Amino acid sequence: MSWFKRLKEGIQTTTKNKKETPDGLWYKCKECKEASTMKEFRENFYKCPKCDYHARIGSKEYFSIILNPGYTELFTNIVSEDFLNFVDLKPYKDRLDEAQKKTKLVDALAVATGHIGEFNIPLTIACMDFAFIGGSMGSVVGEKIALAIEYCIKHRTALLIISKSGGARMMESAFSLMQLAKTSAMLTLLSDAGLPYISLMTDPTTGGVTASFAMLGDLNIAEPKALIGFAGPRVIRETIKRDLPAGFQTSESTLENGFLDAIVNRKDLKNTLENMFSMLGVK
Amino acid sequence: MVFMDFEKPIADLYDQLNKLKEMDNQGEMDMQEMVATLEKKIEVERETLYKNLTSWQRVQLSRHPERPYTLDYIERIFTDFIELHGDRNVKDDKAIVAGMAKLDGAPVMIIGHQKGHNTKERQYRNFGMANPEGYRKALRLMRLAEKFNMPVICFIDTPGAYPGLEAEDRGQAEAIARNIYEMSQLKTIILCYIIGEGASGGALGIGVGDRVYMLENTWYTVISPENCSTILWRSWDYKVKAAEALKLTPEHMFEFNLVDGIVSEPLGGAHSDYDAMAAILKKHISTNLKELAKEGHKNMIKRRIEKYRNMGKFRVLES
Ligand SMILES: [Zn+2]
Repeated sequence: MSWFKRLKEGIQTTTKNKKETPDGLWYKCKECKEASTMKEFRENFYKCPKCDYHARIGSKEYFSIILNPGYTELFTNIVSEDFLNFVDLKPYKDRLDEAQKKTKLVDALAVATGHIGEFNIPLTIACMDFAFIGGSMGSVVGEKIALAIEYCIKHRTALLIISKSGGARMMESAFSLMQLAKTSAMLTLLSDAGLPYISLMTDPTTGGVTASFAMLGDLNIAEPKALIGFAGPRVIRETIKRDLPAGFQTSESTLENGFLDAIVNRKDLKNTLENMFSMLGVK
Repeated sequence: MVFMDFEKPIADLYDQLNKLKEMDNQGEMDMQEMVATLEKKIEVERETLYKNLTSWQRVQLSRHPERPYTLDYIERIFTDFIELHGDRNVKDDKAIVAGMAKLDGAPVMIIGHQKGHNTKERQYRNFGMANPEGYRKALRLMRLAEKFNMPVICFIDTPGAYPGLEAEDRGQAEAIARNIYEMSQLKTIILCYIIGEGASGGALGIGVGDRVYMLENTWYTVISPENCSTILWRSWDYKVKAAEALKLTPEHMFEFNLVDGIVSEPLGGAHSDYDAMAAILKKHISTNLKELAKEGHKNMIKRRIEKYRNMGKFRVLES
């Protein structure tokens, strides 16, 4: 079988053509505080070259790491609206405008369709962006996942959802809660169509996202050392009134507790996903 | 009687009434006429007060310590209730009760959050905050209902799924996600009632159905006003404001098409008359079950999924 050869070959292929950030800038690791060049950092799949810390990256980076060149971004015309006129310390409308300006993203989730690996397995990816209001799930995130699932069914592609979220978007109140039901109900249709769905949890995957599509993959996988949980650590600490044990709510403990199939290093992500999808099959 | 802070005018009138009644009993003066006048006044005051409740007052009423809970309704609406325990894996979660019973002679499966009426009971029921085992017990019994063609009736009343160490380690998120997923396609009728607090995923974990109704003095949204205040206002003090901003009342939820209707409560709230509330609910459940029973499973599930598919508000830009 050719699997094992390709696993090694594919590692360095994706980030080589990403030159848009000027080289010579330094990346300082949040975890070990060591500095590396941006070039080293990028070529190491946005992981710290010293300690392998997986830095938080956005949907564009994941698409280029996982998909073969020539993928298409879908449903970019769906945007959030402040339909409840929600005002806390700031109007939700202003938060949206600021987030759009700052991140150049439309919302907290982007969808792309293309192919993965040398067998060109058709794959649609819905990927969350933490930079956009903490990767919170509102109506747009739910709608884009629903549209992505419908796209998968119509065009017979596999589905990967990459979660990176602080939970539901409170400024959309019950509408954000109902996205749990909306996305989960749509996933039953993908399952009926016999198409594979892999859920990839990255740092952090919490709240309503974990309590819906993130935990519902045919396979659930995660990047190393990601925070994965339902309730936030602060809320739990306040409830139990003592410190949380070391390693609580991590990818590693989630796997030990039986809720993950595998933990995958970002450098192996493309090959592992290709391998998994080729075995699950897209008929 | 326990009065909420906003019921102070009524509480004061009740004090006066009790004094009058005492004087009347002592037989010194005939107070009958004054008693009748005051009783009438209380009624009118109460009606005005309850017609103009704020969002926060609704939240307070939903948590009224004397409010009826799932077992109070089961006792009054159904017959032959057999409580069924356990998730067949870890344990029996006391924050969710479930079992089979008969409604007008026909079998149904009942699943509901359960709170306690006194301190000891409240602790035993973990304040209506379920662990993963509660959701998994619920799913096990929903599957049983599907197999034997019983409608599922859910009573929702929770301040949220329990945020504890063991709950996280045993997969609180997975348990809720799994229930939502399975309920979307469960091949039997699912009828849901928010009877108190409808907080977030903990509520939705037994809250996906063909029809979802809210009782008049309840709320349903993604987070409690207190937690919303803490996170968005960075202070505990904005719960009243948060309750308004969240638009969490039954009227809002119905207007948004996120629930299918509102069930009115007796004057003074469900806690003022358990029997009257249960009678209203019983009639409501029977009518809905009869309507839903006319439809085949295939159609019903298609419509259920479409309903949730259409929830959400956003703008589509012209490309
Ligand atoms: Zn490092």
